[in-house]
Amino acid sequence: MRWVRLTAVARKEVIHIIRDVRSLSIVVIMPVVLVLFFGYGVSLDLKHLPIYVYDREGSEQSQALLKRFQSSDYFEIVRVANNYSELVKALDDGRAKMAFVISSDFSENLRAGGTVSVQALVDATDDNTANVIIGYTQALVQGYSSDVQLEWLQRRGQQVQPPPLSVETRTWYNENLESSAFIVPGVLAVVMSVIGAFLTSLTVAREWERGTMEQLISTPVTPLEIMLGKLMPYFLVGLFDAGVCVVLAIFWFQVPFRGTVMALLISSALFLIALLCLGFFISVVTRNQLAASQVALVATFLPAFLLSGFLFAIEQMPQFVRLVTRILPARYYVSSLKMIFLKGTPVAMLYSQLVPLAIFALVLAALATRVFQKSLV
Amino acid sequence: MLSRLKQMLIKEFIQVFRDKRARFILFGPPIIQMLIFGYAATFEIQHVPTAVLDLDHTQESRELISRFSSSPYFQVRWYLTQQEELVDLIDRGEATVALQIHPGFSEELQKGQTAPLQVVVDATNSNTALIAAGYVNQIAQTFAQDYQADRMGRISPFLVNHIPRVELQPRPWYNINLKSRWFFVPGVIGSLTLVLVTTLTAFAVVREREIGTLEQIMVTPIRPFEFILGKTVPFFLIGLADVSLIATIGTLWFQVPFRGSVVVLLVGTVLFLLCMLGAGLLISTVSSTQQQAMVTAFFFIMPAVIFSGFGFPISAMPRWLQYLTYANPLRYFLIVLRGVYLKGISFNILWPEMIAMAALGSFLLTLSVLRFHKALD
Repeated sequence: MRWVRLTAVARKEVIHIIRDVRSLSIVVIMPVVLVLFFGYGVSLDLKHLPIYVYDREGSEQSQALLKRFQSSDYFEIVRVANNYSELVKALDDGRAKMAFVISSDFSENLRAGGTVSVQALVDATDDNTANVIIGYTQALVQGYSSDVQLEWLQRRGQQVQPPPLSVETRTWYNENLESSAFIVPGVLAVVMSVIGAFLTSLTVAREWERGTMEQLISTPVTPLEIMLGKLMPYFLVGLFDAGVCVVLAIFWFQVPFRGTVMALLISSALFLIALLCLGFFISVVTRNQLAASQVALVATFLPAFLLSGFLFAIEQMPQFVRLVTRILPARYYVSSLKMIFLKGTPVAMLYSQLVPLAIFALVLAALATRVFQKSLV
Repeated sequence: MLSRLKQMLIKEFIQVFRDKRARFILFGPPIIQMLIFGYAATFEIQHVPTAVLDLDHTQESRELISRFSSSPYFQVRWYLTQQEELVDLIDRGEATVALQIHPGFSEELQKGQTAPLQVVVDATNSNTALIAAGYVNQIAQTFAQDYQADRMGRISPFLVNHIPRVELQPRPWYNINLKSRWFFVPGVIGSLTLVLVTTLTAFAVVREREIGTLEQIMVTPIRPFEFILGKTVPFFLIGLADVSLIATIGTLWFQVPFRGSVVVLLVGTVLFLLCMLGAGLLISTVSSTQQQAMVTAFFFIMPAVIFSGFGFPISAMPRWLQYLTYANPLRYFLIVLRGVYLKGISFNILWPEMIAMAALGSFLLTLSVLRFHKALD
């Protein structure tokens, strides 16, 4: 392997990138755009949910309960309905996410004592939103219920005791439960997948498609030099983009960065090497841009998106899917990112992420070289 | 004209179904993605790994813990004796929730004071943290109520039977068991169609341009309009076939209920496909190489999927972004898909979405056809 030849191939690749203005811009703009997309678009912080209320009684008590919904930040009463079919229609066409119904004997039952029911009809097409709505409603109703009890006991001259239990919840690492702090660090993995596997597989496949790969091979450049020369510019680009993401995350979305730059650099470099080699491997096997892009999508982008813990918690997936995530580099990278950003885990404690990443990098590099050399004979 | 169009169509179909690899790309990735999404995309929170540090060791503290271990939401995996172990488990991300009961817990309960239950939640995943904290509260609340009722019952059974209590009965409509899969599977059909049809259309045109065969076609008697029809009709049909295929997988494999009518879904799909063909053609008019087309398509696909309500509620986005989503065809198609699948609703409710897609579709198609003529000159 000669350094001169390697850098020559690399220089050729850099010229390719620079000459095509759009490729150049994607390299620079993409991390910015993706961080903004995910930072703004992916949020589960629900507020001002539109609800309908249907008070069949209209008594002082039922109004007092509805007042709690009015003053809550989470709900917005968009309509006070007059009949049941209105509720059904509103839930059907999505104008209301929830319809709260108070029965016509509400205050009477309260006076009689015992348990009184109120109903919440929830649009559960989106199960997560429904869960959150039910949680919020439960809290409001519970608050009302205990105030009613308190008043009832006082009226009877009973000694009122404080509630027996108080839950003191502390949310570590992301104290305000900001979605952006949970999402944005993981965007790095998505960006790297696009740069690492997507772009690389396309450029190499293009050489095959146009027949220029044969020309390259007929020069004195060895296969290893071709491979390294082609991948090196993208490696640097990937690291540059990682930097852009980190800066945006910290300064624009105010995501805390509690770890060390060293830890971030090591894990990013390992992940990038693994993906570049994977992308190279895909392009050698497919030799066609459309096929390469589709395979790269399924093999790198989707796992980074879906199976890495980036958006969806891995523990909640079925057993065999959890096993599949173990053989995906993205999983280890995303988990190390979250630990570095939010927990400030030092390099020494990241071994269970870094060791698998290093193994992936080695294996994929060996595999890509093997297949490439074979394809040339 | 018809005979020329027929020739053009025959050529396209031959090209699309040319070899095994090409055929695989039409149907392989959508099926794989459908399966991955169906299994991996979930916001359900169950069996949250939980650690318990009981420093009180009394009947009361054990009773409280048993309520957590018998709940489906929590899986108590660790019974600790030291505070440091608790911190370590949360730090390493093994336990998501840790409960701590301090010495003197039962004493405070018995004295009628408020006893604290300390809860630590790993909030790196803010959504899991929010929902898990909600479940902790629910369980603790129920424990407190039962304890209080028990205590009151010992003093005066009359009070317990007559104290008023308001109870919420949540009725999650359309998705009674709050299954994430029911929410995601219809959504996946929409986003996969979007990805597939736009990239295939864009690539089909750009490949001809990149290889130089576009000029060859243009010197034949085929008119630009016939060329466009020849390029879009095959992908329209393939799109329809793919929707039917993945919709069948969703219904039969993932057991998502299909409550509406096939006709409504078909009309919605046709309108949506028109939008996507328009988008694909538009991308092809601004790209001269396949790599550029891929990059441009990527920048179209990402925001289209993120800002559609596919996984993350539109109502949780910043207000200005919410307005932008009205220009997104996928937003409407998802409403139609979920409406037909889960709600079983029909045209009388879905007509605004249908009109919106028809309008967007004609706009995109007209624009792309106009631009296409220009690009040829």
